[in-house]
Amino acid sequence: MAKYTIDPITRIEGHLRIDVEIEGGKVKDAWSSAQLFRGLELILKGRDPRDAPHITQRACGVCTEVHALASIRALDDAVGVKIPPLARIARNLVHAAQYIHDHPTHFYALHALDWVDVVSALKADPKKTAALADGLGSYPKSGAADFKAVQDRVKAFVDSGQLGPFANGYWGHPDYRLPPEANLLAVAHYLEWLRLQVKAARMMALFGGKNPHIQTYVTGGVSCVQDLVNVDRLAEYLYYLKEMQAFIDNVYIPDLLAVASFYKDWGAKNIGGCTNFLAYGNFPQESAKYGAENMWLPGAVIMKRDIAKPMEVDPSKITEEVKRAWYEDGAPLNPAKGETKPIKPDYNYDGKYSWFKAPRYDGQPMEVGPLAQVLAAYAKGHKPTAALVGAVLKHLDVPAAALFSTLGRTAARAIETKVIADQAAAWVTEIVGLVKGGDTKTCAEWSWPDKGMGMGLIDVPRGALGHWVNQAKDKIENYQLVVPSTWNLGPRDAKGQVGPVEEALIGTPVADPARPLEIIRTVHSFDPCIACGVHVIDPKTNEVRKFKVL
Amino acid sequence: MEIKNEVLERLESKGVNRRDFIKYTTLVTSVLGLAPSMVPRVAQAMTAKERPTVIWLHFAECTGCSEALLRTTYPWIDEVVLEVLNVAYHETIMAPSGEAAEKSLHDAMAKYKGKYILFCEGAVPTKDNGIYGKVGGRTMLEIAKAATKDALATVCVGNCACSGGVQAAKPNPTQAMSVEKATGVKTININGCPPNPINMIATVVHYLLLGKLPAVDKVGRPLFAYGSTIHDKCPRRSHYENKEYVKKFGDEGAMKGWCLAEVGCKGPDTYNNCSLIKFNDGTNWPIGAGHPCIGCSEPGFWDEKAPFYEAL
Repeated sequence: MAKYTIDPITRIEGHLRIDVEIEGGKVKDAWSSAQLFRGLELILKGRDPRDAPHITQRACGVCTEVHALASIRALDDAVGVKIPPLARIARNLVHAAQYIHDHPTHFYALHALDWVDVVSALKADPKKTAALADGLGSYPKSGAADFKAVQDRVKAFVDSGQLGPFANGYWGHPDYRLPPEANLLAVAHYLEWLRLQVKAARMMALFGGKNPHIQTYVTGGVSCVQDLVNVDRLAEYLYYLKEMQAFIDNVYIPDLLAVASFYKDWGAKNIGGCTNFLAYGNFPQESAKYGAENMWLPGAVIMKRDIAKPMEVDPSKITEEVKRAWYEDGAPLNPAKGETKPIKPDYNYDGKYSWFKAPRYDGQPMEVGPLAQVLAAYAKGHKPTAALVGAVLKHLDVPAAALFSTLGRTAARAIETKVIADQAAAWVTEIVGLVKGGDTKTCAEWSWPDKGMGMGLIDVPRGALGHWVNQAKDKIENYQLVVPSTWNLGPRDAKGQVGPVEEALIGTPVADPARPLEIIRTVHSFDPCIACGVHVIDPKTNEVRKFKVL
Repeated sequence: MEIKNEVLERLESKGVNRRDFIKYTTLVTSVLGLAPSMVPRVAQAMTAKERPTVIWLHFAECTGCSEALLRTTYPWIDEVVLEVLNVAYHETIMAPSGEAAEKSLHDAMAKYKGKYILFCEGAVPTKDNGIYGKVGGRTMLEIAKAATKDALATVCVGNCACSGGVQAAKPNPTQAMSVEKATGVKTININGCPPNPINMIATVVHYLLLGKLPAVDKVGRPLFAYGSTIHDKCPRRSHYENKEYVKKFGDEGAMKGWCLAEVGCKGPDTYNNCSLIKFNDGTNWPIGAGHPCIGCSEPGFWDEKAPFYEAL
């Protein structure tokens, strides 16, 4: 049986290596390995806790903002401050902007080339592409002349002989199933979104100061008071939002449906599917509480794909294991005393093989991310989500079970984008109401407790993100992050249970191991972010059990 | 200003908008501090028949600098990739993975030996011979040494590549360091966390146009962008002179846009052009959002400028 190594996995954040064993044209076994260790948690120790949102935000610049948010919530929790409503909604707006930027950017810039053959687009008849576009949605720049211009541009690029990032792609691979006209449509939209994402980033900068890496979240609230009381800034946010919604409704969702219609068997056979799902919930509706019950998008735990029985998240059931990771051994529940130390990273299929740890919930590996978030909201009857999931399933004529797949994960990302974008305007209206009523308070008073513990659990575009801080006056005693990509791309645990991406890969068909398109497609569907996920924690604080949800 | 028609025609044949292009070259020319008469030469530098080859490597980093580059509008990122440069290797955007991706790197390094511009994003972990960071089975340290050796020029983008960045903050668990320190090769440093994409593009244009790297300060930063402090050009400077300070976030001073020195602003010690060009096409900048500058374009700022919310 042949083993194949794919390293580097590109079109992701960070450094990921995937190994697979292939038998009979299918993946028989898989190993996911993070290839970089940075040690952010060691760096956080002893620092001023207020600096943590800046440091942790540098865990990732693709999922920018999200670590600042989890961190600031952990700090608010540790010092026991209730942030003003204006600050809460401002944070929701900035966080919504991250979703609106991040998900379509993933679909078009990072994931599309797993479904779309750029070279095939050269063979398309632009008139047919225009007819196809006409049937999918109503968006400008969709005439035959527009698609001809895109095709000419790509042709000039190919004719130059300098293929840049498109050189050595898997063009012509048998599992590229879209006809030339659909490929041309997708290439046009790929280029269109590259332009539009610049504006999506401006939505974040309006209140965040800049993108990537915002500077506006401060303990007790936000700093951007001048931007929030400025009606012109709010209008600008709405203006960009409207443009994003036009794209999401008329391009992103229709493109997703069009691509999916060629890969229905991936849904029917649950190719790339996982078993258990975890979502913390998202967008708090009341300033005092961050618990799952207070989130506009509800969180839940779903075991064994049973969406009829969503369970509440109990953070005390979260553990991390290091048996198969490049750290000194320690049991998940009763960690050895002393510092956890990184060890020499010798790759061993039967032993240790990744810088990622293996997070578990109640001892089980859990998929996190858009699919988990959408399943949780769907299972709990969140109306906008349930309606959209229903519409997508109906359009594709597939049962809900098809969601447990690579395709379902990719569809859930689009569904979630629309659900959040459709809500954001209501938050702007709420801000207008507050400001109109004279409530311009953006920051609440607080002071350091002698000792405090705080937890910030939120969903972010890549999934369930948790920050835990132990603070003594103005010093961090311990800081811990359990992040989406560690959940999704972590290695096996002590019991030998594979991590979610490994589970998803097993059974994936591979037409040509030298050009592993199908494998990369499933890996990308998790939107991996490796820099986020690699960290080291002090085993003394590995007892997540002792934290309670507020 | 006159830009040769043939240049514009070639651009238009590639789908580039004539008006956008003139706007862009004018902006880049002014950021570089060149005379307006140089605009046509800037335009020509950006439209050579064979596009200059760029190899972009990721080391220990967060990809925020690549994201910042995606936000460029003069030119837009699709123009950078399709018409302006030959981005032969960039892990975040390239189509192939694994061996096919490695082939792209090796092919470009061989074909354009001594001619490619190397962009580095991220610090190089050096502890235990660099085993804490690997790509395709090789340590980042090996890759950095090999790629810098044959580059025409090495441009470091962001605080990590320029000065070690966040992973090099105390206690620096992996002995991460700047590309220059790890390889011994002189680099030009577009510092910041992340830097403004305008400064990345302007550096490339400078090189293409004048055939040499721009003048730099003692830590390798181009003077055209890092020649004065944030404080020197801060729109809140008059409040500083009048001793009008924000004392706490959300107070009266915050509402009025007063000086942020007392809540920790590092603007007086930070060399960068943020206060002039702002971020995201002038949408905003940290001080505009009422937040103190954290000094992110200064080497070692994670240690030396911390704690961020205490006055200098």
